[in-house]
Amino acid sequence: MNRTVLRRVAAPCIATLALGLAVSACGAGNEDTGSKTSNLSGTIKGAGSSAQEAAMKAWRAGFQTDNPKVTVNYDPSGSGAGVEQFNAGAIDFAASDAALDPTKGEVDAAKARCGGKNALEVPSYVSPIAVVYKLNGVDKLNLSAKTIADIFSGKVTKWNDAEIAADNSGVTLPSTAITTVHRGDESGTTKNFTDYLSKAGEGAWKYDPDKVWPLKSGEAATGTSGVIAAIKEGSIGYADESQAGDLSKANIKVGDAFTAPSAEGAAKALEVSPIDDTRTEGDLAIKVDRTTTEAGAYPLFLASYVIACPTYDAAKLDLVKGFLKYVVSTAGQQAAASNAGSAPLPASLQTKAAAIIDTIAAK
Amino acid sequence: MKAGSPKRRLGDLVFSNLTRAAGLTILVALAGVGIFLLAQGAPGLTAGKEDLRGHANFLSYVAPLVFGTLLAAVLALLIAVPLALGVALSISHFAPRRLATVIGYLVDLLAAVPSVVYGLWGIGVLGPKIVPLYEWLDKHVGWLPFFAGPYSNTGRTILTASIVLALMVIPIVTAITREIFMQTPRLNEEAALALGATRWEMIRLAVLPYGRSGIVSAAMLGLGRALGETMAVALVLSASNVVTWNLISSTNPSTIAANIALTFSDATGTARNALIASGLVLFVITFVVNFAARAIVARYEPGRKK
Amino acid sequence: MTAVAPEPSLVVEHPLQRPRLPKLAPLIAAVIAAAAAVLLGLSLGWGVAPIVVTGGLIYLVGLSTWSRLVENARAATDRLVTSLVWTALVIALIPLISLLYTVISKGSSSINAKFLTWSMRNVLDGPGGIYHAIMGTLIITLGAAIISVPIGLLAAVYLVEYGQHSRLASWIRFLVDVMTGIPSIVAGLFAYALFSIIVGPGTQMGFGGSVALSILMIPIVVRSSEEMLKLVPTDLREASYALGVPKWKTILKVVIPTAMAGIITGVTLAIARVIGETAPLLIICGATDSVNLNPFSGQMASLPVFIYSSYQSPGANPEVLRQMAWGAALVLIIIVMALNILARVLGKVLSPKTGH
Repeated sequence: MNRTVLRRVAAPCIATLALGLAVSACGAGNEDTGSKTSNLSGTIKGAGSSAQEAAMKAWRAGFQTDNPKVTVNYDPSGSGAGVEQFNAGAIDFAASDAALDPTKGEVDAAKARCGGKNALEVPSYVSPIAVVYKLNGVDKLNLSAKTIADIFSGKVTKWNDAEIAADNSGVTLPSTAITTVHRGDESGTTKNFTDYLSKAGEGAWKYDPDKVWPLKSGEAATGTSGVIAAIKEGSIGYADESQAGDLSKANIKVGDAFTAPSAEGAAKALEVSPIDDTRTEGDLAIKVDRTTTEAGAYPLFLASYVIACPTYDAAKLDLVKGFLKYVVSTAGQQAAASNAGSAPLPASLQTKAAAIIDTIAAK
Repeated sequence: MKAGSPKRRLGDLVFSNLTRAAGLTILVALAGVGIFLLAQGAPGLTAGKEDLRGHANFLSYVAPLVFGTLLAAVLALLIAVPLALGVALSISHFAPRRLATVIGYLVDLLAAVPSVVYGLWGIGVLGPKIVPLYEWLDKHVGWLPFFAGPYSNTGRTILTASIVLALMVIPIVTAITREIFMQTPRLNEEAALALGATRWEMIRLAVLPYGRSGIVSAAMLGLGRALGETMAVALVLSASNVVTWNLISSTNPSTIAANIALTFSDATGTARNALIASGLVLFVITFVVNFAARAIVARYEPGRKK
Repeated sequence: MTAVAPEPSLVVEHPLQRPRLPKLAPLIAAVIAAAAAVLLGLSLGWGVAPIVVTGGLIYLVGLSTWSRLVENARAATDRLVTSLVWTALVIALIPLISLLYTVISKGSSSINAKFLTWSMRNVLDGPGGIYHAIMGTLIITLGAAIISVPIGLLAAVYLVEYGQHSRLASWIRFLVDVMTGIPSIVAGLFAYALFSIIVGPGTQMGFGGSVALSILMIPIVVRSSEEMLKLVPTDLREASYALGVPKWKTILKVVIPTAMAGIITGVTLAIARVIGETAPLLIICGATDSVNLNPFSGQMASLPVFIYSSYQSPGANPEVLRQMAWGAALVLIIIVMALNILARVLGKVLSPKTGH
C-alpha cells in the first residue's frame, strides 16, 4: 500500500515539475528579441524618482524597441534612494526630483563615485502640477498662492470663505466644507508644491519645502492616481496636471493675472528660471523661480533630473550615453509627453543637455 | 530497540539528531527574526527628524503608530467577535446539519481569500458604499468624540479599515470557537434541555462556560492577526500618523504594518532602519499577544495534550 | 394555521401546554417588519441600507415582544438570541458574497490569452499581461516549500517520535504555536535584514521572498504534520519494532508513508496560505515588469505585489491597471481555491482505503 501511495504522489509531482520547467523555458509572449538590427547589447540599471516612472517607461520602451538586445532597468525607488544607490556605485544612472545637494555632501559623493570627475546632471522631465478640485457648479476657480496655503494649512475651511471669494467675483461658491487631499508617500510633487507655497505664499505657509507632507490633517493618498481617486465633492488636492482627468483645475495667480496649468506654461516658467551658476560645467541644476510674473508662465511645476558619470567603461559607455541622449532628444521628450503627460524641455535647455551628454566618454 | 547492532544505532543516532536539528532550526529562526530585526533596526532607534517623517525622535514616531495599530485591531475585534460567535453558534447549534456544512465551507472560503484582495474590496467597494453611514453618524451622533467628523467623503477611515480587518478575523475566531462549541459534552447539553431550558439557556449554561477559555484565546489569536495585518490597511486607510479617537474623518492614525508597507520603498538609509525598528516593536507586541493566547489555551485545557 | 395572536384565554383551556407562537411566527414577523420598514422608508425617502436596518430592528423587537406577550420572558429571550445568531451569520456572509461577486465580475473581463502570457515589459498603453507575476509567484512559493517541508516534517517527526514530552519538545511546540502569529510583514523585514547583512544593503531577490514565506509556512507544516503523525496507530510502529526494524527505518518506511496523505494535504494547505502573501514580498522581492526566472538575482514580480502596486500606483493609465489588478486578483483566488480543492482531493485519494 505504501508503495502505491508514494507512486500516486510521485507521478503528479513529476508531471507538475516537468510542466513547470517546460513553461518556464519560454519567456513571456511580448518579450522575444525583435527583428530590428542594432549592435548595442547589454543591461544598464537606473533608479530614483517615482515621478519619472511613467516617462522612464516610455523611454525604456522606445530605447529597447530600437535596440532589442538592450535591457534598461529602472527602479522607481524614490529620488533619495536613487542618488544614494548611484553614489554607492550600485546603479549606472540616477533620476532625482532635486538636484544633487552640495550641503549634504551629495556632489562630493557623486564625484568620488565617478572616479574623481564631477557627475553630470541634466533636467529630463518637467511636469506642471495642477491644483485640482471637485465642486458642483464651480468649474472655474482662481486661487492665489496665499489662498492655497491657507486652504491647505486649515485656515480656510469653507468654500465660500471671503478669501476665496475675493479672487472669484461672479462665481457662486457653496458653503461646503473643504477636504484637502495630499500625498501620503514621499513625493517630488509634494516637495515642489510646498516649495511653491513657501516661496510664493506671502508668508502664509509656515513649513519648509519637504518631500513628506508636513501637516497631520486632511486626507492622505498614495501616488498621483490615489490623490485623483480621493478627490470627491468638496475636496481639493494637487497632482500632475496630465493625470487630472475629469477634475477641475484651478488657475493660479502669476503677477496680476491667473494662469491655467499647462505644459507650455511650465516650459515657459522653466525657461525664465536661471541656471544655478555655482555649479560645475556638466551640472545643469536650475533655480526654479516660483515668483515669476512672466505672462503665461506657470511656476507650479516639477523639474526632475537624470544624473550620470562623465566616463564609463567600454561595456556601458554606448548604452548609458545612447539611452540618455534618447531621453533628452525630441523623440524621447515627445514620447514622455504623450505617455506621461510631461512638458517637453524647452529647445534651449534640450540643446544644452544634449551637449553635456555628448561629453560622456570612455574611461 | 536500544540493543540493536551498532550499525542500526548509528542510523538512529543520525536520524534522531537530524530531526532534533530541524526542531532547533525553528527555534533559531524565531530567535533570528528578533536578532536580525534588532541588528538592522538599532540604527533607527537614534534616527533624527529627517528620517522619521518629521517626528523628533523614534519614540514620538512609533507611539502614534502603536496607538493606531491597537485601535484598529481592537475595533476589528469588537466587530468580529460577536459576529464570529454568532456564526460559530449557528454552525454548531442552530443550523440543520447540511446548512451548517455549507456555512462551514463559506467561512473556510473567507479564510482562504488573500489579504490583498480584501484590501482591494475595501477600497474599491466598501469605502465608497459606507460614506452615507459616516455622514449619518456625523450628523446624528457627532457629539460622541468617535464620530466627531468632519466625515471622510472617500470612506478611507480607520473604521473602514477595522471593518475589513474584522472580516479577516472572523474566520479565525469562528474556526476555533465552533470546534470548542461542538466539543461541549453532549450530556451537559441534554441535561440542561431535560430540565426545561430553552436553547439559549442551554447554550448559556452548558456551552459558553465550557468554551470560555477557548473564546478568549480565539479572540486573542484574532487580535494577533489584526495587529499584524498589512495590505488591507495599507490599501484602505488615509493615514497621517496622528493620535485621534475620531473614527470617521480623513485624518487617521496609521498602523505599524501599513506604515512600513506604504513608506518602505521611499525610505533610504536610516529611515529604513527606523522602519525595521518599528517592525521589531510590532513583532514584540504580537509575540506577547500570541504568547498570552497560547498560555491561556495551555492552562485552561489540560485535557488537550499540547 | 390558527389565529395569529392567540387569546390569553387559551392558556386556561390547555393547562398542560404552554401557549406557543405558531410555527411560522418568525416568517410572519419578518414579512410584517419588512412591510413596515419599506412603507416607512418610502414615505421618508430613505435608501436601501436604512430600510434594511430598520426592518431588522422592527423584526427583532417585534418578534421578542410578541413572544413575551404570548409565551414568556424566557422564550422571548430565546427567540431574540436565535434571531441575533442568524443576523450575525447574514452580516458576516454579505461581505464575502460581495467580495466574490466583485472579483469575479470585475476580474473575468480582463482574463484572456494575452493577459496570461504577456508581461508588462514595454507595455505603455492598453493592458499587458501578468505572466511575469505568475511565474514569480510560482518560483517564490516553490522555493518556500522546498525550505519549509523538510524542516517542518523533520521537526514534526522529532516532536512525535523523539522529543515527545521532553522539555525541548514542549518548548518547540509552544513556540511553533506562537510563530504562527508572526505578522507577515515582520517575516519580510526579517528576510530583508538577513540579506542586507549577508549579501549587501538593499538586496532584493526572489529567494529572499522564499525565506520570508517559509518563516510563515514552517509552523503550519509542523502543526499539520504533527497531527497526522500522531494519528498513526502505535500498533503499526510496535509491529515494525517487533520485526527488528530500527526506529529510523520504521519512521521512514512505516510511519511517514501511512501519514503521507494527511501530510500532503497539510503542505498543500500551507502553500495555499502563503501564496497570497503580499507584505513580505513587497519588501524583499520588490517589483519588476519583466520576466525574471532567477530567484537569486534581481527583483521578482509576484501576483499579490502586482495587484497591490497596480491598484496603488498605476502610473499614467489608472483605469487599465486597476482593471488588471482585479483580473490578477481573480487569478490569485483561483490558484488559492484550486490548491484548497487539490488538498481535499489528495486527502481523499491518497488516504489508505482500509480503516485501521
